[in-house]
Amino acid sequence: MNEITPIKPTQSGPTCTAPMSGPVSQAEDGQALCARAPVGMLCELTHRCPLQCPYCSNPLELERVNTELTTEQWQDVMRQAGELGVLQIHLSGGEPTARKDLEDIVKTASESGLYINLITAGVTLTRERMGKLAEAGLDHVQLSIQDIEPENADRIAAYKGGMAKKREVVKWVKELGLALTINAPIHRQNINSVPAMIDFAVEVGAGRIEVAHVQYYAWALLNRASLMPTKEAFMKAARQVEEAREKFKGVIVIDAVVPDYYAKFPKPCMGGWARGIVNITPSGRVLPCHAAESITHLAFDNIKDKKLADIWLYGDAFQKYRGTEWMKEPCRSCPRKEIDFGGCRCQAFALTGDATNTDPACSLSPLHAQWAKVAEEESHSAPPAFVYRRVGGAKTVPAPETEPSGV
Amino acid sequence: MTETITRKRTMMGADSRPSLPKYIKLRHDPGRGRWVILAPERVFNPDDTAVAVLKLCDGTRTVADIAASLAAEYSAPVDEISADITAMLQDLSDKGVVTA
Repeated sequence: MNEITPIKPTQSGPTCTAPMSGPVSQAEDGQALCARAPVGMLCELTHRCPLQCPYCSNPLELERVNTELTTEQWQDVMRQAGELGVLQIHLSGGEPTARKDLEDIVKTASESGLYINLITAGVTLTRERMGKLAEAGLDHVQLSIQDIEPENADRIAAYKGGMAKKREVVKWVKELGLALTINAPIHRQNINSVPAMIDFAVEVGAGRIEVAHVQYYAWALLNRASLMPTKEAFMKAARQVEEAREKFKGVIVIDAVVPDYYAKFPKPCMGGWARGIVNITPSGRVLPCHAAESITHLAFDNIKDKKLADIWLYGDAFQKYRGTEWMKEPCRSCPRKEIDFGGCRCQAFALTGDATNTDPACSLSPLHAQWAKVAEEESHSAPPAFVYRRVGGAKTVPAPETEPSGV
Repeated sequence: MTETITRKRTMMGADSRPSLPKYIKLRHDPGRGRWVILAPERVFNPDDTAVAVLKLCDGTRTVADIAASLAAEYSAPVDEISADITAMLQDLSDKGVVTA
């Protein structure tokens, strides 16, 4: 059976995997499903959030509440998505439950035939509201945890008492018969808890856990020296994930997102630019990925001005790096060019100044060795204090400096 | 916690009564002209045989019932069908798509 997996908003791809064959199902062309319309749509409903996680994937310049799309505008987006052929939507933020009209948006999405995933920290939810969301047609709740150890979790999120609240939320999700995923962003300040976090997900009845190593964009890039694990710690966690997969086979699905600083080949970011995923920001800007605005020369359309189908098919930013025509060497002649699509355009731009260069995560990039060295050095130095994610937060603190002293 | 102890892998057998949880959606996708299974962070493309099996997974029929039904419909040997669909349902159960 072909599987398109996982459709993540974490910029981690792959969106479309190679076909898998089974005794009954036959292998087919897994790419066809992505071609005419996005399979997944990530909706950042708001950038408001009670948490301040230093690895937040939102841009450093957070969008203000008075620029957010209205209820009616989001409902129109849902109808357009259903008609276009989007299959799954991911309601994210910020914290999506900060929108009081979330139920109305979910209801319209459900009526439009979309599979609805809520990506939440859960801390402001109530049993009553969870019930209303389930009634409106919510399918899946993806609940983040910052660590298993409550005090460290509070410190990472700059929010008190989050873990106790999350234990309540998982009960409600299960009682209501919704699918539950635990999302655990992993970095050097919680990487030792990987087995405990997997055990937690099993214990609370989750069907799935994402052991998601932080991807270094936006706030996470700013905080990279505080977050990057050593290669040794990463390898240990990877082994623990493999052991847990064996131990919990058939009990819980464990998806792992690796840190690409330690990879040989880049991730097929977003499953390829403008290939399977579309992202909409709180103010209605339509992006090929949630970090795309970091490529400063790209112009983005707004859903208030144009139809989703038009933007997806013909928008300049979508056309720019779609497919393989834009590639330079070593990507252009690479046998992996339709496997990883040259990696991540945003990372290529951020680190080389040219988005058409090979992602430095690729061992074929001339910058790869230098880039991997940064991870090596930072991960072995004392971590600087977090620059917490808050409006204006990125401007008030100088860039972290790497300290030469080892830990 | 108790749930750690009680959560075990489901093993599909002839007497299992498979069903799709309500958060797993088997749907026809008219735009792409194919069936899809919508699941948490996953989209599966079942082929015609898998669709035929999944439509019979109502929590009442056993795997043996489903195999007998398909064997009659397709004039195929029931043992062969039974082995195939048990393996398929085990795989889908391990992926959280089917419960029994």
